[in-house]
Amino acid sequence: MGHAIEIRQVSKRFRLRHEKSLKERVLSFGRDTGEVFWALRDVDAAIDQGSTVGLIGHNGSGKSTLLKCIAGILRPTTGTITTTGRVAALLELGAGFQPDLTGRENVFLNGSILGLTRREIARHFDDIVAFSELEQFIDTQVKHYSSGMFVRLGFAVAVNLDPDILLIDEVLAVGDEAFQRKCLDRVREFQREGRTIVFVTHAVSQVQEICERAIVLDHGNVVADDEPTEAIAEFRDRLYAPSGIEGPETRGGGRHTGAITSSRAAPPSEMELRATKAVQIVAVEFEYPECESRGYVLAGDPFTIRVTYRAERRVDDVMCGLGIHDSTGRLLFGSNTKFIGVALPPVEHELVVVFRFESLSLLGGDYRVSFAIQNYDESVTYDWLEQRHQISVLANDRAHGVVALQMTVEPA
Amino acid sequence: MSAPVVVSARPSLPSRVRRVWHSRELLVGLIRKELKVKYKNSVLGFAWSMLNPALYLLVFWFVFEKVLRNGVPRFPIFLLSGLLVWNLFSVAVGSATSAMVDNAGLVKKVAFAREVLPLASVGAAVVHFFLQLVVLVLALVGFRNDVAVGYVALLPLALVVTILLAAALGVLLCALNVYLRDIKHIVELLMLAWFWFTPIVWQFRSLAEPGSLAERLALFNPVTPIVLTFQRALYARLNGDSGAILPDWTVAHHLALVLAVGAFALVLLVVAEVVFGRLEGDFAEEL
Repeated sequence: MGHAIEIRQVSKRFRLRHEKSLKERVLSFGRDTGEVFWALRDVDAAIDQGSTVGLIGHNGSGKSTLLKCIAGILRPTTGTITTTGRVAALLELGAGFQPDLTGRENVFLNGSILGLTRREIARHFDDIVAFSELEQFIDTQVKHYSSGMFVRLGFAVAVNLDPDILLIDEVLAVGDEAFQRKCLDRVREFQREGRTIVFVTHAVSQVQEICERAIVLDHGNVVADDEPTEAIAEFRDRLYAPSGIEGPETRGGGRHTGAITSSRAAPPSEMELRATKAVQIVAVEFEYPECESRGYVLAGDPFTIRVTYRAERRVDDVMCGLGIHDSTGRLLFGSNTKFIGVALPPVEHELVVVFRFESLSLLGGDYRVSFAIQNYDESVTYDWLEQRHQISVLANDRAHGVVALQMTVEPA
Repeated sequence: MSAPVVVSARPSLPSRVRRVWHSRELLVGLIRKELKVKYKNSVLGFAWSMLNPALYLLVFWFVFEKVLRNGVPRFPIFLLSGLLVWNLFSVAVGSATSAMVDNAGLVKKVAFAREVLPLASVGAAVVHFFLQLVVLVLALVGFRNDVAVGYVALLPLALVVTILLAAALGVLLCALNVYLRDIKHIVELLMLAWFWFTPIVWQFRSLAEPGSLAERLALFNPVTPIVLTFQRALYARLNGDSGAILPDWTVAHHLALVLAVGAFALVLLVVAEVVFGRLEGDFAEEL
């Protein structure tokens, strides 16, 4: 299969302009003035047809500039980008909508701005309206739309353009949850149809979820072009390195399973009996500083839980949750990927989800952890582990109880 | 699957012209949008475009036929036959100049042939011109003003040349205006001066004697031959009560002048495209 996008030696230079008066501008006309800033430096990459690639990097790394160059919105200062197939760029949903025109008029105008003929738009019109769920409002002026309706119509136009290459810049972060799901489903459909997707984000979870490859940019240079996991590790290293924060997952060495041995194990709970095991938790690992040599976590240290789960047959609709209980079994903290708003990819074989606590705010003692894998509306429980794992926390004796609240004391 | 598209630092002029040509439907869509947005929620809608020259007619008829006799018979007809084509030119250039900045949201987020934006402003001005022309034609009938048939045949060409000239200036100025926003205000002022350098309110022959230096200087203004051709064709009177009004040039002479302006406009259009091409690569960043 050929390349959908070929990026060759692309550099982009921006001039940082300072506010200048007309006189200064006229006097300096034709001469190079102002500081020069390279947003991209000799970027080379080829993106295969039908692949989904994430562009990641911190703010100012050049990822959006590269996407705009691929889209043809900006032109590179040197180098070329060759795209094969119709490109649709979702940089902003509803960009160019005219508030004074109706939804219908805007669909036609937006479609032709994006490069479609009137006839093509007319053919897709019903699909666009159906996708946007705006049947009743399509002849209303767009200025009366809510922001959600606006975004829905914008997305509907863009994805119904029948693009061969879809460029997405963080737009999936808008709209309500149901709409986001719908967008993600649509993106997956595009993947299945063999279209090429390039996806800019700094939400690493989305890259892991959707992409099969990730390109990491740092100060305009490509620093990694690899499988998402590898690329994300590189991205994390770069992200954490300058600030001195070390990502706990980059630590090598042993990890704690924290599993409670069978002699102490309680009989199966009701939820555990209900589990269908269509998706099964196969491993739980705890990570914390010096976990290879210590059987306890220091209160306030970073703490990470990796849950590995597996499905024999593909399961699409999955969320993963955990609960932390005190020694009496009372739930202290419970959350899941749905609450947090992280969508998990369908389970085909084995997947890992990582729960990360920047600092474990517990006082000294033993705590038990429960895990659950359910479908999105919690009607089906795939797997459930009720307090089968334990962590020991060591804290200085400055407080009693279970929660390490931050407090200072001084005489008033 | 369509042919590969190359995004490079300097796409060639022919490839860019081809891209604009392929954006014809978008151009029509944008013109329609400009017109719709302008008169959205107004009851009279397009009638407003026509009321403007109609009011001019009424006021100038009253002032110059009844109060201040200036020796130009049917002065309102004289005025409108030059003014409408000037309005086309000045409105087109003025709105095209700010077209890129006005559509910043679109330019920053969507890729398309950017020339279409100033061209759409020119297109909207052309539509207004035709609406106003209806008023002028009604006035010609109402005043029983005979037109000069031989010269009327020149008008479509003169109109095309006007559009070319406005498009060239519009494309050039809208690109410059992205980098130097003062351009828009400078253009407004220059247009005012340019208006008075063009024989619209004043009569060409009253200031420029045949063969004089003044005449040659006046013809350096590319709009002058166009306005004179419109006046010659529609107003059609060479002399008034107090002397000559229009030059008594032949159709061929008018044609030669209009063609010369057309050639100038074409050269300017190429220059504008070249400048535009060098600047457009950073529009999304500069806006």
